[in-house]
Amino acid sequence: MTSAKERSVPRVNFTDAEAGAKEFPDSTARRYNYYTPQKRKQTHYEDVTVEVQPDPRHYLSQGWIYGFANGEVGYPLTWTKLKAWGQDKPEPERGPGTGGGGKGLDWPAHGWHEFRDPNEEWEMTLYRYGANVVRQLNANIDFAREAKAFDQWNPNWVHFVEHHVGAWMHIEHILGLYVFSHANRSGPTNMHNTAIVANGMHKIRFAQDLALYNLTLSEEIEDFDGAAHIETWNSDNAWQPVRKLVEALPAIENDWGESIFATNVVFEPLVGELFRSNLVQQAAAGNGDFVTPTVVGAGEHDYSQRDLRMTIAMFEPRASDKEFAEHNKEIMQGWLSKWVPQALEAARALQPLWSQPDFKPPRFEDGLDRAKARFSGIVSDLGLQVPKELNQ
Amino acid sequence: MSRQSVAKAHQKIQELSWEPLYHEPVAQYGTDYTFQKAQKKDPLKQVLRSYFPMQEEKDHRVYGASDGAIRGNMFRQVQERWLEWQKLFLSIIPLPEISAARAMPLLFRNVPNPELHNGQAIQMIDEVRHSTIQQNLKRLYMNNYIDPAGFINSLRNFQNDYCGTIGRQFAEGFITGDAITAASIYLTIVAETAFTNTLFVAMPAEAAANGDYLLPTVFHSVQSDESRHISNGYATLLMALSDESNHQLLERDLRYAWWNNHRVVDAAIGTFIEYGTKDRRKERESYAEMWRRWIYDDYYRSYLVPLEKYGLVIPHDLIEEAWNQIWNKGYVHEVAQFFATGWLANYWRIDSMTDEDFEWFEFKYPGWYDRYGKWWENYNRLSTPNGHHPIVAEAVDYVYPHRCWVCMVPCLVREDMVMDKVDGQWRTYCHEMCAWTDTTAFRPTYEGRETPNMGRLTGKREWETLYHGWNWADVVEDMGYVRDDGKTMTAQPSLNLDPKKMWTTDHLRRMGPLLSPNVILNEMSDDERKAFHADYIKQGPAGRPAPADK
Repeated sequence: MTSAKERSVPRVNFTDAEAGAKEFPDSTARRYNYYTPQKRKQTHYEDVTVEVQPDPRHYLSQGWIYGFANGEVGYPLTWTKLKAWGQDKPEPERGPGTGGGGKGLDWPAHGWHEFRDPNEEWEMTLYRYGANVVRQLNANIDFAREAKAFDQWNPNWVHFVEHHVGAWMHIEHILGLYVFSHANRSGPTNMHNTAIVANGMHKIRFAQDLALYNLTLSEEIEDFDGAAHIETWNSDNAWQPVRKLVEALPAIENDWGESIFATNVVFEPLVGELFRSNLVQQAAAGNGDFVTPTVVGAGEHDYSQRDLRMTIAMFEPRASDKEFAEHNKEIMQGWLSKWVPQALEAARALQPLWSQPDFKPPRFEDGLDRAKARFSGIVSDLGLQVPKELNQ
Repeated sequence: MSRQSVAKAHQKIQELSWEPLYHEPVAQYGTDYTFQKAQKKDPLKQVLRSYFPMQEEKDHRVYGASDGAIRGNMFRQVQERWLEWQKLFLSIIPLPEISAARAMPLLFRNVPNPELHNGQAIQMIDEVRHSTIQQNLKRLYMNNYIDPAGFINSLRNFQNDYCGTIGRQFAEGFITGDAITAASIYLTIVAETAFTNTLFVAMPAEAAANGDYLLPTVFHSVQSDESRHISNGYATLLMALSDESNHQLLERDLRYAWWNNHRVVDAAIGTFIEYGTKDRRKERESYAEMWRRWIYDDYYRSYLVPLEKYGLVIPHDLIEEAWNQIWNKGYVHEVAQFFATGWLANYWRIDSMTDEDFEWFEFKYPGWYDRYGKWWENYNRLSTPNGHHPIVAEAVDYVYPHRCWVCMVPCLVREDMVMDKVDGQWRTYCHEMCAWTDTTAFRPTYEGRETPNMGRLTGKREWETLYHGWNWADVVEDMGYVRDDGKTMTAQPSLNLDPKKMWTTDHLRRMGPLLSPNVILNEMSDDERKAFHADYIKQGPAGRPAPADK
């Protein structure tokens, strides 16, 4: 007979430490009370994001405690030329005997703090959305493989997908990593930076979707050249103006606002949607391909249903800012004048692609007109003027 | 697509690596390090196709456990002593997490290896996960724990209370200054590789022992990501080591980062684990024992020392000194005592220590009672308002300490205090290493070498300065640490929730004003300052006044 040695484990005790067990001051206070919700009720999204990135104009009484060599600290509002109401007011002066500034602070101190991501992205939404897209794509591609759907593609379409759909992966990767992910250090509030991260992850995922789709095609289609997209991206004349433009976006000098604006307001409708929605999505079915549109469509949905909505919520309030509307409109109109010609040049360089598939999509000029109309609508939603450069 | 192996898929996405042809990306964040382009494999080997479902599955487990905890009435068995300290911990930690996400862009341009950028991007989104899932845990505590005060206003409180800056270094240190110093050495090589072990492994174990299995659920889920981030830091470190000119900076940064992390993390987590627990089984590991296992053995001996052969100068002396501080100089106990001394400037309740606690401390740290026992007995005696002041204003043989200008933990091991006039101001430092950080490391030159990208120490680094001359009641009201009856304080020096036994701001009105040690130091004459220093380094342990000269 063996005897069990008593194990040493923590004891469970009845503590009755659950809500409602006693009444005392604050015993029924069950809401974060340090921020004002955008709407009537505090949302789950707001509860997990608002005020995580502190601000010396609010509760951060001792200020930022580390600085860059040039003296900049925290998240400088000067990291974009755009301005939000209130930001030119000096930060509260604190020093010996001033107190922490806890009473009488005007809040929000400036308009940047009013921003909320309309997609309400936080970790739960990010992973649910990302995992759903992945599952959907996997199911589509698995079914296509089992149905031998790739056998229906005509040779010119195979060439088109291996070269040109393949080339698009590089664009999504550069924008995702070096524009959006890069900018997540720069925005003025946690809500800006979290929304920017979500946008970045959409793009990085889309880039990888295209890369792995390309790998599948290498495995499924005889003679499919899985490396052709690299050569196309590096040296195909049709792509070089697009590449030049895409590489110019992460090269914007220290202005996160311009980077995101130029990408989501100018590049995406005039080049991104032009290629994706007005070429690939229109041509694929006629060339026997029902799979590529689902991969590209997932990325298109990211932009049109989520990232664009976030972008308008981020920039429209600056165009209608109660203090700096004129300043901001002038800046954003300047950005439009700067980036629209480059985008149109890149778009036009892609025109030869329209004639490559056997089954032709609607004409390039019609597609470009649609892209311009879409762009004009976005610009109007932002409260800006359609730039004259659009007519070039 | 779904049938491809992760290795094959990962190899494929390397084709995305970008070599600029027309425009170089902007170099927004400077570094004094130099990197040569080198093939270095992305150590994370993550592809979003598998990453998103993996994280979603981890989320399902976390949120499932959250539901289970509520349905299973977990809060009927949670120790209040433990949950109170979570008001501090869970107001600190979402900021370091989100700051780690913000740190990744500091590396993109400076580490010229596009393959590594994929891993950094994955880390970025991981960190967003951590920050928001921890905020969510705090929200659950706020909704279901008996005393929501301190949770409901945590992100106001953390940003203005008297120890917030201690925690904030563990965030701002990741995102500001020299890009490699901050985002690589401080964040990934030291904070994540060494100290997340105590943060996310040792501390959750203690939570479970105190009836809280949600904290381990969330933080072990977090830690499973951290282990991947460690690989990111390692790859960057090896690249840095391959350039001889970086060795001097690596030595500097490892010394700074190690020491600062020790000062900050050991102060906080050591206190939570040793003074926040009700589990006093003798078999339970003390923080010192955990530290020895997780940090000394696992980090120092298994991770750092093998890097010596690549030319990394390991701060052996500082590893031993950190242990000396914890084991011989009572660092954690001194910090816990300081937290409890200033309970009224906090936003959580700090429980008294009982005879059972005393016995455990004496068993784990022989000599503890002689040093700290009497003071904790006084703390207990003074915990209910009864015509006396809070302990900070009572005669209990405790000299209120000066802050360390660098780590902002006070100079608690009194004999180590260093005083210097720097940038025109008299400053105190808790140790010569913190003095070195200010006077030598965070400067535009280092040992004769130009270091134009090194960061700066900024801000109002002594909390007491802001309230110099204020009545304590006004301080507490200014910070917003008052409950919804307008006078009962959020913080309490006991767990008693009987409104008649709770401290109110009315009790504080009778106290003398709060005085800033640093303001007073700078008002002293040279002779007075010299005498002050001579006296200070004779004080302690446990903050006792210097013995009278015989």
